[in-house]
Amino acid sequence: MIEILSGIFLLLGTLFILLSAIGILKMPDLYTRMSATTKASTLGIGLVLIGTSVYWQDFGIASRALAIIVFLFLTAPVAAHIIGRAAYFGKVPLWEKTKIDEFGKRPDDVGD
Amino acid sequence: MNPFLFNILLAIAWMMLVGEITAGTFAAGMVVAYLILWFSRSAWGESRYFSKIPLVIMFVLYFFKELIIANLKVAFDIVTPKDYMEPGVIAVPLDVETDIEITLFANFVTLTPGTLSIDVSPDRKTLYVHALYVKDADRFRNELKNGLEKRLIEVMR
Repeated sequence: MIEILSGIFLLLGTLFILLSAIGILKMPDLYTRMSATTKASTLGIGLVLIGTSVYWQDFGIASRALAIIVFLFLTAPVAAHIIGRAAYFGKVPLWEKTKIDEFGKRPDDVGD
Repeated sequence: MNPFLFNILLAIAWMMLVGEITAGTFAAGMVVAYLILWFSRSAWGESRYFSKIPLVIMFVLYFFKELIIANLKVAFDIVTPKDYMEPGVIAVPLDVETDIEITLFANFVTLTPGTLSIDVSPDRKTLYVHALYVKDADRFRNELKNGLEKRLIEVMR
């Protein structure tokens, strides 16, 4: 029973990681790629860690898994934000189908 | 006495009564003690300790719900050959004010798949967000403000 439950978590987690890897190849520009990959892989690694702690049912392992998840959720968005920001100021082009860019016509043009 | 301190003392008492000094019994003691204190909350007068913890738990649950829904949406877009994306960069006016609130809000926005915070304006009134699914800019703004930002302000103030 425990094996099945933790297997489901592990499978779901690896599925999300696989999808984010496909996302890197398929998405049209840097921003959509960042959107698709960082988050799906964060959730994926989180699910894999939950699956591991469900299988071992050990407090030491569960607490370490929880700590890894917390730090992952703290650091991953900062990295994604910095890459996205650097790309925008470095004039990496947006996808041609991007509908609106309210950042481009912001009133004070600082930072460029 | 501070309710949080009392909560810890009760948890230690629980640990001694159970007879196992482990982090597991301490955690269980914290939960039980919090419930006991919650039932006697009128004796403590005005304390944020009782109103905030349920809000924090609600916020975490809400956040994970959003995280999973948005992840499935992006996952669906990745596996199907057609692109449903309508990306755009949206200026979201901010009601959050302090540094820690803005940081948390920007972080939560980036963690929700399909959105990526790019920059905060120098006057700290606007957050620029890159989003994958923008049907309508004003609707997107409202959803973000009435969902995540409203809940974050409830928790933080």
